[in-house]
Amino acid sequence: MWKEKAVRVILLGAGSTSILIVILIFFFLGREAFPFFLAPGISELLGTRWIPVSFQRESFGILPLISGSVLVTVLATLIAIPFGVCGAVYISEVALDAERETFKPFIELLTGIPSVVIGFFGLVVLAPLVKEVFALQTGLTALTGSLLLALMAIPTIISISEDSLRSVPKSYKEASLALGASKLQTIWKVTVPSALPGIITAVMLGMGRVIGETMAVMMVTGNAAVITASPFDSARTMTATIAAEMGEVPFGSVHYRALFCVGLVLLLTTFGINIVAQRVLKKYRM
Amino acid sequence: MMKTGATEKAVYFSMRAVTYLIVLVIAYIIFDIVWNGMRVINWDFLTGYPRRSGAEGGIFPAIVGTFYLVLGTIALALPLGIASAIYLSEYAGQGRFTRAIRLAIITLAGVPSIVFGLFGLGLFVIFFGFGSSILAGSLTLACLILPIVIVSSEEALRSVPASLREGSLALGATKWKTIYKNVLPYSMSGMLTGAILGIGRAAGETAPILLTVAAFFLPRLPRSVFDQVMALPYHLYVLATQHPEVAKVRPMQYGTALVLLILVLGVNIGAIILRNHFRKKYRW
Repeated sequence: MWKEKAVRVILLGAGSTSILIVILIFFFLGREAFPFFLAPGISELLGTRWIPVSFQRESFGILPLISGSVLVTVLATLIAIPFGVCGAVYISEVALDAERETFKPFIELLTGIPSVVIGFFGLVVLAPLVKEVFALQTGLTALTGSLLLALMAIPTIISISEDSLRSVPKSYKEASLALGASKLQTIWKVTVPSALPGIITAVMLGMGRVIGETMAVMMVTGNAAVITASPFDSARTMTATIAAEMGEVPFGSVHYRALFCVGLVLLLTTFGINIVAQRVLKKYRM
Repeated sequence: MMKTGATEKAVYFSMRAVTYLIVLVIAYIIFDIVWNGMRVINWDFLTGYPRRSGAEGGIFPAIVGTFYLVLGTIALALPLGIASAIYLSEYAGQGRFTRAIRLAIITLAGVPSIVFGLFGLGLFVIFFGFGSSILAGSLTLACLILPIVIVSSEEALRSVPASLREGSLALGATKWKTIYKNVLPYSMSGMLTGAILGIGRAAGETAPILLTVAAFFLPRLPRSVFDQVMALPYHLYVLATQHPEVAKVRPMQYGTALVLLILVLGVNIGAIILRNHFRKKYRW
């Protein structure tokens, strides 16, 4: 019997590693970031200028980075929602069988393409296109990043929305059709509203992916740390800042700690979005 | 009546147009990489060492580096992930602890990859003192793909019907023996799918290895797990953004991108085919 018990204990240990890793992630990000709260202090983080290397005075205000992330994320979400939802409704409700069977796996294939490859495509093909179409000085703008990120969020949105559209009971649609509603009315007034919680979750998970995305966004947004609301300006996100600067900072410096603070903000944001998305999904599970 | 029909058709048409647009854009990305990369890839490119910071020569060290990283990652994540899935599917109850594990898995799946990089830097590179190394990188990537392995393995275990377990238990076998002899063999294929998806993810990630392993330019092969290595995704990033002659080395960039794309998409498509194959094989 000891063998059974040993196996059980080992498996329990393995099962707990996920919890352990999550705790360690929070702990080690906090550990490396914490001295920053003591030395320059939290008020330093709330500044509006991110100038990590300077001969006069460095400044570690993360507001420009947050505004960069927000700008790119909001734009990407606004672009991705209509495309993603339209695509999901089409594939689930309208498409021919042949289209349905090929399109969904094909679109899901995009989630498998490494973000650095997408970023490379954005840099070489999309950025010159954006530059030309909008007659800009450079194609490396917040808009370029948003377009690329929207493209990366669309498969997530389509995949999850389509699952939830499909799980709407057939009887709902039949009742609506029997009452004389057209197919289109049934889709927009019955099927889509019933699947709405799933669609909202899909959009939130897509957004989570967009906020956390690093390589693609770093390669095409130009990375100027300025507070702006214009999609045609260059923007610098939190993720890109960490990835671009971490390689050059001395271990333990204020700049190093500041980058961990940015990571902590990023972690808490995505954690929050995920928790809310799961709540929504659970509450309305059909 | 006539009018409704016309609107309906117009709406369907625009929805179809949107869907086709998405599909076309994805197809174009793949086409662009394949078309431009094809002309660069040859035997020398795949087996040669890079020269002049990657402007000439091949990408052999980056291929080997990615191979080692993926190998290390899978060796760490697979046993842990499968054991974790067995616990969740066969042993765990409905209690608080189980819910905490599930929440942790969902959280892990949502953590941005750059944050995994910071975590790996803080814990493995600095705290454990592994330095920038294959070991630190593999450990970091293993944490990143763990949720993928757990979720797909658990799904595979749950798809084995309860009657197989009950039959074995009724004959007097112990719980572990039942799992080992009657559940694991039938869920192996599903677990394999999870492992393959994990490989695809680990091979393509850039941000975590940026902070934990990757060498900018290192035209030699690693000697131990404490060595730095080049890796395909990072090599592509460096060539595309950091190289002094960015436009001139474009062919090398496309070649690297294509090798990475073939590797990752090939792995993903393999996983899908395998899953479909075994779904047909075991129909309960």
